[in-house]
Amino acid sequence: METLRNKARELLASKTVQMVIGYGRGSGEAAPARAVFIRAAAEAESLIFDASCQQNLAVYLMKPEVRQLGKAALVATPSALRTILQLAAENQVKDHDLLALAVDAQGEVTPLATLQTIEAHVAALDCNLSAGEKTELQKYVALDPEQRRQFWQEEFARCLKCYACRGACPLCYCSRCTVECNQPQWIPVPAHDLGNLEWNVMRAMHLAGRCVNCGDCSRACPVGIPLYLLNQRLLSEVLANFNFRSGMAAKADNAMSTFKPDDPEDFIR
Amino acid sequence: MSDFEPKIVAFVCNWCTYAGADLTGTNRMKYSPRVTIIRFPCTGRIDFMLLLKAFANGADGIIVSGCHPNDYHYSSGNFHARRRWIVFRGLLDFLGIDVRRVQFSWVSAAEGAKWAQLVDATAEQIRQLGPFSGYHKLRGAGVE
Repeated sequence: METLRNKARELLASKTVQMVIGYGRGSGEAAPARAVFIRAAAEAESLIFDASCQQNLAVYLMKPEVRQLGKAALVATPSALRTILQLAAENQVKDHDLLALAVDAQGEVTPLATLQTIEAHVAALDCNLSAGEKTELQKYVALDPEQRRQFWQEEFARCLKCYACRGACPLCYCSRCTVECNQPQWIPVPAHDLGNLEWNVMRAMHLAGRCVNCGDCSRACPVGIPLYLLNQRLLSEVLANFNFRSGMAAKADNAMSTFKPDDPEDFIR
Repeated sequence: MSDFEPKIVAFVCNWCTYAGADLTGTNRMKYSPRVTIIRFPCTGRIDFMLLLKAFANGADGIIVSGCHPNDYHYSSGNFHARRRWIVFRGLLDFLGIDVRRVQFSWVSAAEGAKWAQLVDATAEQIRQLGPFSGYHKLRGAGVE
């Protein structure tokens, strides 16, 4: 933790960056860590890093009010590093726009100043679904369709349409989301079955081939809908059919806006 | 259930399938009248949300059809569409929605007979699956 604070002090004192986005102490047991925006070397005391620091801080890179504060150093978990690469691939961040401070479970800090170094760092990580994630996903895939339908209907029935999943997602950055379009009204506004289903289908589809499985949507959901299952299912689909993984390279085509002439079409009559 | 007649909405591209369906008509071929055709500039234009809207508005089955790959009016819209449908089918299946209700096909402007077969086969399939009341009921639950 001290390594991280010292690095932050050094970066701010030398004016290499204007701000360090990191984790600080949260407000209690329910929220042990929260994002902090450190703009003076003296404030670096409040930086922490431990197992409770799970949020994907790359979400703030796309917020205009954060962007205007200048170049940032970002305390980056593996998911955040992949998010940065995905954002770069979507032309949302440029090289030298930011500095990533890659942190691992041991508290080691690796400063990564360029997208190329981030790529090299990410290439060494295991980006597959973990064994536990695979088992859980498989449990739902193995259900019969009617059971799956019931499961999701019960889950979506709790949805409040608060769009916290969207707010927490670093890749849901459109300044105007389809859900706010009302000419025509694509998604019914009230939090009822049809609109809840349509919203969640749309969110998942718009993230297909882009989501890096950081899990922040599910952590942000106030009613605990397991949105990560939808994301993981679609990223498995994209990997199996197109051999594509998001967030691995700073220059990459988006899985859903490119194609191969021999993509599978066994379902097309 | 025996007197159930399905409502099918067909999303087709202007250049191949729409012309193909036209050919079916000019050839005086008979096919199921249960289909409502909606013409699009290209299969690449058919957003998955439109399919959901069709179901929400009472469709029991959907046909999506356009130009064959490599026999295409523009250059790549159907290839993009194909990718989208692969992922969308996976999502529908995971949500427990029967993917047999959405039939994808390539029908060229010369394949009037194929269009007739496609519609008949889809109508028969949907007749067997029955009305999609599970999805239609969702609409009733909301305040429009």
